[in-house]
Amino acid sequence: MSDSIKLNYQINDEDFTRAGEASGDVKKRLRQMGCSPEVIRKVAIAMYEGEINMVIHADGGEINVEITPEDITMVLKDKGPGIPDIEKAMQAGYSTAPDNVRALGFGAGMGLPNMKKYSDEMHIDTVIGEGTTVTMKVYQ
Amino acid sequence: MTVKEIAEKCAFKILNSAESADAKEVRSVYCCDLLSIAMSRMSEEAAWVTVMSNMNTLAVASLTDVSCVILAEGVAVEDNMLAKAKEQEIALFSTDLPVFEAAMMIGKALGM
Ligand SMILES: Nc1ncnc2c1ncn2[C@@H]1O[C@H](COP(=O)(O)OP(=O)(O)OP(=O)(O)O)[C@@H](O)[C@H]1O
Ligand SMILES: [Mg+2]
Repeated sequence: MSDSIKLNYQINDEDFTRAGEASGDVKKRLRQMGCSPEVIRKVAIAMYEGEINMVIHADGGEINVEITPEDITMVLKDKGPGIPDIEKAMQAGYSTAPDNVRALGFGAGMGLPNMKKYSDEMHIDTVIGEGTTVTMKVYQ
Repeated sequence: MTVKEIAEKCAFKILNSAESADAKEVRSVYCCDLLSIAMSRMSEEAAWVTVMSNMNTLAVASLTDVSCVILAEGVAVEDNMLAKAKEQEIALFSTDLPVFEAAMMIGKALGM
């Protein structure tokens, strides 16, 4: 579709200081495009949580975003360890974040629940030892 | 009440101010150091009081559109964080007060 915009971001591993830049960029673009504040907030929160999970729990990865007049689709793909038990990982409060990361304010175990809450559709594909792909959609 | 007025009234130390940030309205106060909880709970135009002083604090502040960040307990700020606050035009203050007292001061200023 002519009105569709595609964005690609490479997320470095262990680069905590830069985590959030991709979400921030998408937020800025949505604002320039005149999206509703509610949609922008949902995308910003869902994508940031996914972005930070890629840095903390996987070894970074790639994010593809597609913006159409109907919706915003975010695909976050990493080559990390995979998630052994998705149901458990989705529980509020469940976290395997190491101490050095907890000291930075992460590890509440609220990232995946936030992603679920703020996206309209969410799907996790994960293979142990190969990686995880999280797909989220927010309706316009 | 604006960010600038809050900072003056509460005598917070200014770490970073920006014209665009000074004039923002403050409508609520929020306290929590865990980023994923703050991310989801904070309303925009909040004053966020925290002891979590790092780049991720600013990322969350910027993504949620809070009006300003107040670092309590006199926690230290690193240079890269100050640079980021400047670049992103985020109003950043500090105070030696504990989190609750700083938040209560803001609450009183807001007439809560
Ligand atoms: N991309 C991923 N690859 C591997 N494991 C993951 C990934 N994302 C999440 N997990 C696992 O799921 C758990 C829960 O994730 P969630 O984002 O909810 O919490 P957290 O990242 O530990 O803490 P918070 O997000 O509150 O800072 C993580 O601790 C981790 O074990
Ligand atoms: Mg997380």
